[in-house]
Amino acid sequence: MSIEIKNITKRFPGYTALDDITLSVGTGDLVALLGPSGCGKTTLLRIIAGLETADSGRIILEDRDTTHLQPREKNVGFVFQHYALFRRLNVFDNVAFGLNVQPAGRRPSKNEIRDRVEHLLKLVQMDWALKRYPSQLSGGQRQRVALARALAVNPKVLLLDEPFSALDAKVRQELRRWLRKLHDDLHVTSIFVTHDQEEALELADRIVVINKGKIEQQGSPREVYDHPANAFVYNFIGNVNVFHGRIRNGKVLIGDSEIEAGDGVAQHDEKPGQIFVRPHEIGISRIRSGSGDVAGTINNVRLMGGQIGLELTCEGFESPIEAHIPRELWLNLELERGAEVFVTLDRVKVFTGEYEI
Amino acid sequence: MPTNRTQKLPRHKSDPPAVQALLVLLTILFFAAFIFMPLALVFAEGFRKGFDLYLAAILEPYALAALKLTLLTAAIVVPLNAVFGVTAAWAISKFSFKGKTLLVSLLDLPFAVSPVIAGLIFVLLAGSRTGFGSWLGDHGIKIIFSTPGIVIATLFVTFPFVARELIPLMEAQGREEEEAAITLGARGWQVFSVITLPNIRWGLMYGMILCTARSIGEFGAVSVVSGHIRGMTNTIPLHVEILYSEYNYTASFAVASILVFLALATIAVKSLLEERVHDH
Repeated sequence: MSIEIKNITKRFPGYTALDDITLSVGTGDLVALLGPSGCGKTTLLRIIAGLETADSGRIILEDRDTTHLQPREKNVGFVFQHYALFRRLNVFDNVAFGLNVQPAGRRPSKNEIRDRVEHLLKLVQMDWALKRYPSQLSGGQRQRVALARALAVNPKVLLLDEPFSALDAKVRQELRRWLRKLHDDLHVTSIFVTHDQEEALELADRIVVINKGKIEQQGSPREVYDHPANAFVYNFIGNVNVFHGRIRNGKVLIGDSEIEAGDGVAQHDEKPGQIFVRPHEIGISRIRSGSGDVAGTINNVRLMGGQIGLELTCEGFESPIEAHIPRELWLNLELERGAEVFVTLDRVKVFTGEYEI
Repeated sequence: MPTNRTQKLPRHKSDPPAVQALLVLLTILFFAAFIFMPLALVFAEGFRKGFDLYLAAILEPYALAALKLTLLTAAIVVPLNAVFGVTAAWAISKFSFKGKTLLVSLLDLPFAVSPVIAGLIFVLLAGSRTGFGSWLGDHGIKIIFSTPGIVIATLFVTFPFVARELIPLMEAQGREEEEAAITLGARGWQVFSVITLPNIRWGLMYGMILCTARSIGEFGAVSVVSGHIRGMTNTIPLHVEILYSEYNYTASFAVASILVFLALATIAVKSLLEERVHDH
């Protein structure tokens, strides 16, 4: 089922949570609402579900204006950050709840309910836990039960509110992969809220970056990562170094060095700007390879598994920058603290806007 | 549901044995002096003139009428206040609305007001001197100096118990389970009966027990409102006072011991219910 969100605005005393948000979600899409805490993404999700009402705007689910409908009339499944399992009911009854509360005419028979519940629990690999109670399950297990419960009533839309943020890292990764696979199997239109950009990049078909109640950018993970629309998006998605310099004639001037500024900067007079570069797009070598190279000294080496993090102080840069290089390169160059190297900044991005880190 | 297993704290985390013993001793002394002894004295005084007199005092018609009225009042007041309390706690903890803080403060009003004043309020409100009171009189509705007055005064005085017990409980439990239930298609009353009520049942039970105990023992408000008409508008506490003021000490202690029995019965019910909690 497709979702049209039109001009949704929501204000709380003292601040605007959502400011004229318009968004489309296609049938079968898996969309991430990504943003920092307090940006309004959870509020938007709850408005779609009907748990909160917007001050203005409309929510249209498959051509049906559902803005003022009760949650139970909307047929959306909701998965909460802290699972919200019914503590007094066992796993079976939790999942069967949505089917049991249906009015007598529409309620499936006991056998049908049992079949459906068992099928769903098998799908989420929790069929062994039928009689258990939520307090006897781990966080990851509870969330899987919560998912099965939401799916039990065949929702047209699945809404997930930071579904994995309450779980530890390993479990989070597993469940992420597992959710993507589940979505590929079931094709339920899904929107999930997260503040973890890694999660959004890994899971979503489309990412909507939200900040202070406004949409900063929406697009595929690749678009958002490679072509961020503004400084906020660039900074929020992926790691980034930020520094100040001057821009003139398509080049960035820092200290004595001149660096190619990359796409879209055609300046004729000098202008100050913020320069962004990603740690893994920094080249390190022992010899100067081009006129744009900057001399630097290694302050610190961090072993991060397959990649090595180098903290460098470079001439003309007001603060140290962070570079990520492959382990083999590090071993080959035999870099350690105090080593003098040359830094190549290939793909810098320049923003001369108001966004300040 | 899994059972709780209490574990002994390791030595370095608990108080030294001497301190523990001292605290326990102090607690026992406090209970002995202020609770056990007075209760024991009530029975001792009641039986002073022998068992026959004790029985006679209890089975005396006016005493029985007072017992009936006390129990009837409790039987009306407790369910009503349970409903009011659950409703108020539900509204306060699950919803946000204008005037919520005011409502919460109002809930404490019966505690802040002296019971005697509470009784006076109703006397003034419904007594024959006011417009409302004379209207009631014209229609033959007796509130003051009659059972309805006693019930209303007791209702007022015991109102906050259930609500105050439930509000922190329901606020701590949050709204998420209820929200999950409505997204799954449950209607309001289904959410309440299947999700909310089971979650609060022990708090509700405890609040109702407190309410029962208080309504049985209420003196001040009922005293003002009742008119002390023997056999008709006397509750047990009032009857005890009447007997005592007539220098009928033994009888008054004998009747007072009924109150003690009722209190002990209430506590026994509470303990039985608590056992159930740990069983399932």
